[in-house]
Amino acid sequence: MAILPYVSVAQQYKSTESYIRFFSDAPLEDIEAVNEKGVSAFNVETGEIAFSIPIKGFQFAKSLMQEHFNENFMESDKYPRATFKGKISGYDQNKSGWQPGTANGTMNIHGVEKELKIDGELQISDGNVKIKSVFPVTVADYEIEIPKVVFYNIAEVVEVTINFEYAKN
Amino acid sequence: MRKINPNSRRILFSIGILLLFNLSTMAQDDLLEMLEEEQEPESTPVSATFKSTRIINGHSIETRKAGSMEVIIQHRFGRINSGIENFFGLDEAYIRIGLDFSLTDKLTVGIGRSSEKATYDGFLKYKFLEQKSNGGFPFTATAFFSAASDTRDRPVEVDFKHTLSYVGEILIARKFSPGFSLQMMPVWVHRNLVETPEDVNDVFALGIAGRQKISRRSALTFEYYYQFNNTTDSPNYNSIGLGIDIETGGHVFQIHVTNSRGMIEKEFIADTDGDFWDGDIHIGFNLIRVFQLKRDGKPPKPMEGY
Repeated sequence: MAILPYVSVAQQYKSTESYIRFFSDAPLEDIEAVNEKGVSAFNVETGEIAFSIPIKGFQFAKSLMQEHFNENFMESDKYPRATFKGKISGYDQNKSGWQPGTANGTMNIHGVEKELKIDGELQISDGNVKIKSVFPVTVADYEIEIPKVVFYNIAEVVEVTINFEYAKN
Repeated sequence: MRKINPNSRRILFSIGILLLFNLSTMAQDDLLEMLEEEQEPESTPVSATFKSTRIINGHSIETRKAGSMEVIIQHRFGRINSGIENFFGLDEAYIRIGLDFSLTDKLTVGIGRSSEKATYDGFLKYKFLEQKSNGGFPFTATAFFSAASDTRDRPVEVDFKHTLSYVGEILIARKFSPGFSLQMMPVWVHRNLVETPEDVNDVFALGIAGRQKISRRSALTFEYYYQFNNTTDSPNYNSIGLGIDIETGGHVFQIHVTNSRGMIEKEFIADTDGDFWDGDIHIGFNLIRVFQLKRDGKPPKPMEGY
């Protein structure tokens, strides 16, 4: 009983680098923001994965847009982080090179939880894991209101890119 | 030797059990909980204490990020108590057109022209202290300095220096909650030439202003300036303003009622001749459009090997 948790901890990886991007493709203008402040943990043995992304870490090209994103859309004072907690399955931990995997779990954005299935790819080598995924997020699913009278046109579905690099904990 | 009494032994035992229990919950290693625990709450500068760089007539502590330009159109109608023959003031119009440039995130320069007294004005605004979140620095402070020249045609020719007035102001604000912010502003107004011998050249005042959000994109605002030493002979009142801020993307639209006609500090702080409580109220609005002249820089590149 004392050894069991030790084993699982030994297979636990923590992110050393991250890149989260969201991209909204709308007729008036494309909006892009990048965040390098996300953190994640991944257990290669069990497939358990979690990540946490500070909303204020998203960098926009236009500073006022960034302020509106935090103040009006994401309410980042109230909901400072977006999180995901789940399990990746369908991969072989002894295989080298990129291989597909599917994460099933709970996404929490803007204080709203939603069950999600995210397809991605992962690369497992000795002491190092990489994960990447591009998936759509429907803004309305997370009760993020897009005002009708707004001069930034935001797409109803935004594309989110997630890259994490992990090292053994 | 002191004997450990059975009671404290029991307590020790319970503590031991608790510790064990704690260890076992840690061993369950909820990855998300672990991450959350590790993420220290960051102390970052508080943003959007006010929606706009203006509250009603006066400035807020806000400065825009480097490379932004604001076009400001301020407009006041006549007094609503001027009757139907003046269509409750809507026949009259006072206007200030201004341009503000943010040279750095903290330093803004602005120029403007007011129809009232054909006045040109210029100002410098510098944010020198910033409120930080999570128990960081408690307030934001901005220094403001402006100079204005009254270029009206006068019956007697006056030297240029006599058309000038100056304003020095410290703006101090705190965002108490996401919805509520309060600002205090001690002001000094200096006029090189005053209208009557009774008027003082230097007026000292203390302003107070605030905002309460009523939705994510709108807020109620108020503003009041108390003058300590201005003349009471000519009609002279403290400036009062009540307003609503509405934000729509790159625009901020402010609608308000105020007893002041002028839209620069020297005018509304030291030269308001309307009595708010007597109905000398102007309906007015500020329309502010923000342009990003220079982008904040390229977004970071994706990581290598992906």
